[in-house]
Amino acid sequence: MDIEFFVELFFGGLTRGSIYALIALGYTLVYGIIELINFAHGEVYMLGAFTALLVAGVLGVYGFPFGGILIVATLAAIVWCAAYGFTLEKVAYKPLRGAPRLSPLISAIGMSIFLQNYVLLAQTPDFVPFPYLLPEMPFLDDLAVLSPSNFLILMVSTVAMIVLALFIRYTRMGKAMRATAQNRKMALLLGINADKIISLTFIIGSSLAALGGVLIASHMQVINYNIGFLAGMKAFTAAVLGGIGSIPGAMVGGLVLGLAESFTTGYVSGNYEDILAFAILILILILRPDGILGKAKVQKV
Amino acid sequence: MKKGLTCLAAMALCLALAAPAQTAETIKIGVQGAHSGDLASYGVPSLNAVKLVIEQVNAKGGVLGRKVELVAQDDQCKPEMATNAATKLISDQSDVVVGPICTGPTTASLPIFQQANIIVVSPTATAPALTTAGKHPLFFRTVAHDNAQAQLTSDFLLKKLGVKKVAFLHDNGEYGKGFADNNRVFLEKEGVETVLYEAVSADAVDFSAVVRKIRRLKPDAVVFGGYQPLASKLVQQMRRDRVQTPFIGPDGVKDETFLKMTGKASEGVYASYPKDTSALPLYKEAREAHIKAFGSEPGFGYYNAWAAAQCLLAAIEKSGGTDTAKLKTALRETSVDTPLGKINFNELGDASGMALSIYQVQNGKFVELDHNLTLK
Amino acid sequence: MPRIAKALLCAVWFMLLTFPVMCIQVNSIDNSVHWHFERALWLGCGVFVLALLWDWCFARKAKGQPIISFGHGLTRLAANLRGDPRCRLGGLSLLAVGMLLMPLLSSIYQTNIMIAALLYVMLALGLNIVVGLAGQLVLGYVAFYAVGAYSYGLLHQFLGWGFWTCLPVGGLLAVLFGLALGFPVLRLRGDYLAIVTLGFGEIVRLTLLNWPSLTGGPAGISNIPRPGLFGMDMDINASTIYIYYLVLAAVVLTIVVISRLKNSRVGLALQALREDEIACEAMGIDITRVKLSAFALGSCWAGFAGVIFAAKTTYINPSSFGFMESAMILSMVVLGGMGSIAGVVIAAMILILAPEYLRAFSEYRMLIFGAIMVVMMIFRPQGLVSGERRRYSITALKGTASASGQGGQA
Repeated sequence: MDIEFFVELFFGGLTRGSIYALIALGYTLVYGIIELINFAHGEVYMLGAFTALLVAGVLGVYGFPFGGILIVATLAAIVWCAAYGFTLEKVAYKPLRGAPRLSPLISAIGMSIFLQNYVLLAQTPDFVPFPYLLPEMPFLDDLAVLSPSNFLILMVSTVAMIVLALFIRYTRMGKAMRATAQNRKMALLLGINADKIISLTFIIGSSLAALGGVLIASHMQVINYNIGFLAGMKAFTAAVLGGIGSIPGAMVGGLVLGLAESFTTGYVSGNYEDILAFAILILILILRPDGILGKAKVQKV
Repeated sequence: MKKGLTCLAAMALCLALAAPAQTAETIKIGVQGAHSGDLASYGVPSLNAVKLVIEQVNAKGGVLGRKVELVAQDDQCKPEMATNAATKLISDQSDVVVGPICTGPTTASLPIFQQANIIVVSPTATAPALTTAGKHPLFFRTVAHDNAQAQLTSDFLLKKLGVKKVAFLHDNGEYGKGFADNNRVFLEKEGVETVLYEAVSADAVDFSAVVRKIRRLKPDAVVFGGYQPLASKLVQQMRRDRVQTPFIGPDGVKDETFLKMTGKASEGVYASYPKDTSALPLYKEAREAHIKAFGSEPGFGYYNAWAAAQCLLAAIEKSGGTDTAKLKTALRETSVDTPLGKINFNELGDASGMALSIYQVQNGKFVELDHNLTLK
Repeated sequence: MPRIAKALLCAVWFMLLTFPVMCIQVNSIDNSVHWHFERALWLGCGVFVLALLWDWCFARKAKGQPIISFGHGLTRLAANLRGDPRCRLGGLSLLAVGMLLMPLLSSIYQTNIMIAALLYVMLALGLNIVVGLAGQLVLGYVAFYAVGAYSYGLLHQFLGWGFWTCLPVGGLLAVLFGLALGFPVLRLRGDYLAIVTLGFGEIVRLTLLNWPSLTGGPAGISNIPRPGLFGMDMDINASTIYIYYLVLAAVVLTIVVISRLKNSRVGLALQALREDEIACEAMGIDITRVKLSAFALGSCWAGFAGVIFAAKTTYINPSSFGFMESAMILSMVVLGGMGSIAGVVIAAMILILAPEYLRAFSEYRMLIFGAIMVVMMIFRPQGLVSGERRRYSITALKGTASASGQGGQA
């Protein structure tokens, strides 16, 4: 059809998809290591957005130079979310290692509800405006298909994902993570501290979610305590779509879901955007639970 | 076991004694709405308004020599809680009720009030069917229903903007969708083409697909049904993607927070809203009372609730009591000066005399345009 | 001493962790910042105490001691209620008299709240079949509730059917939905199943929302009639009391059915499924049938509860059937004890009635629900009242075994 429209939708989908991918990485990393659906992960994303908002607000009021606010706020969000992720694991999941499979999942759901209401009560139930912190990017004016925030989201998430991939591939810790994911007992025998690796996984996953939270908050500019649920569900869908436990899978899954949503809204109707995501989730889990890039696992007794 | 039974009987006796122990001398105004929870900001201003009106009236010696008392019940804007709240108001022997705030709870509680034969005046429930369906003869409201808003906005779109093609977006809520639907009906009747009609998910992480679609379809205006948070997300993304199509919304959009959230992007946005009555002395009085009592500017629905309480008290005074049938006639026949202008109620229960205007954001402020509609 | 040091460390850590969200409030309208340092202090003290408690609980858990001991008298009472049939009968009849007299003695408002609580009891018991007995974590349970409610609303609106016709139909439709969901998810393991059912629940809600020509969309369905009794014309008081008795009867029926079910063939198969799916299959239990019957039974009660809910509120819209409802029902089952009828009933009552009567507590309701789910899973996964299974002593078999033994000797 109209090629320009197609390209626009494509880039819109990429933007969306890269956010999903950033959050999906958190789900997939954790699932890869301890086979737990970290239901509260969406809430960490929400906390990231809120922390950035609060820090940016304080800096703004006390007259911090405009250009630096976004960077400081993002760093703060990452640090705090990493701490939240770390604490979350220590409080809600670590005591349940070795418990029946459903126990940590119920605990995770409880944590998700808890965190939502924690922000609701400590901050506000209303929507709050997020300051516009992006620098002007005049060179994008000629490029009609991308707005500055879309551009920034694409850039930052690409860089983050490349850094993550390098980290997992080449560093000692990354190798230890991969080893633990493949076989926890074997890794223990090799002298890898599983507790440390699990904590590290939560820290990395939460930092990525925080990054996603800040990016979306500065893109949409309005946030409330409830933004984590839907975004978390969609990111989880992306993780499942790509094959949960697989890192490239999460990235591919995120992009595919983002593009699918964008094209459905563009060519059919926005009414079905959310139904589409949930339908994909169900169909994938039922028909191909290992996703696009996942490997089929044989259940052992 | 015997002990248990005696205990139970004693408790029952206590309950039975406690219920009718209230005096019939005061006039009780029930207030139902969201007083806690995530929609509290829509309900609390109404509660404050009724509180202040009652204080004023009591300071002057009450109505018909009787003191007025406030009975508040929280429904959190949830229909399933609203029926509880309504029955509680009835069992607390409220004579009249101001509220509920949201449409869903209103629909759920009206049959209950109906059976208890209690007059209900909602300050903010705008669903047209509440009055136009004719099922709730005891229901009144001091707010324009959504049809009137849609009538005004569609008239404005046709006459002032001369639209031929329109895109409709809504939040898939009753209020937002209702506004979009009503506009669509009015506009299509005049031969305007609907190029887009869809729901927008308020929690989506990005709106570029729908914004690009608007850009491609080139409508003459975007009619938006919903509240301010979603509107500000949409407007910002539209303007950032250089879609300058005129944007018009219902009263849920006209809000200071909207201006603050959107900044420059909101320039030129239209919204319908009750005609500016801030020059009226009663309005100033109501505003000052709130600032004095709560130290802040009044919030959503405050003046409507103020007017509702005033109308009810005036009707009680005129009919000489709280007899429902007499109150009903009195509400229709008495014109009351309120912060919203001179109001009385028509056959259906809608306030006549109130006026709506179109506002536009100009230089970061909502400015009233010379295009309005007076309710009949 | 090291414990106290650890708790102090925890307190400091949490003070730092929650500092931005708890202590900073930015008002972006007038560009001002409000600091709430006192909150950090309170939180620190709270965390300090909690950390000590947490440690203590862990120590007890490690020693295998029960963490919550209800006190000697209460434990004996509970044991008596369980063991001694006379005591049990006495307690139950007292409860029955209390419940029966309740609407006549208290105000309509109390009755209304009680109806809501009883509806949740019914839902929680229904979910208990699926989650507690069969061990299948369903997160979209509210979808079946919605199916029940909407089937009454729609059948009344379009066909003019009454409450009593719709009650079985609503239950049946919910069962059909349960089977429709249950069939494809048979193969799925625990956590995948949970997510699929969550997705299913959301899809049902979104469909109700996006199909206005049938369901009324966000506006929902209003003017649903209350249940009738032989065409009697009842005012609001009478009909509320009537609904109360109706729900009470439904709850009693649910309890009877489930307690019969628990020790039946199907019920035992369900519990075997919960304990170990593979072993269960190896024992020759038809997993497909057992799982499907769990789904069917569980969704059936939700359907009934939905019909009654629609009749009670007379107005339904999709926002009553969100994920938080499902989570709330789940937390009742978790708190009460998976598989335990008494526990679930008590938990549902506590979780619904406490916020109604302790208004100060109602704002923190969801916060506490969330915390309960975490804490219960860690310290008392079996719930307040652990589900007891009937012990079988098979005397007949012993007899034949010894007889054959003797036979061998002879």
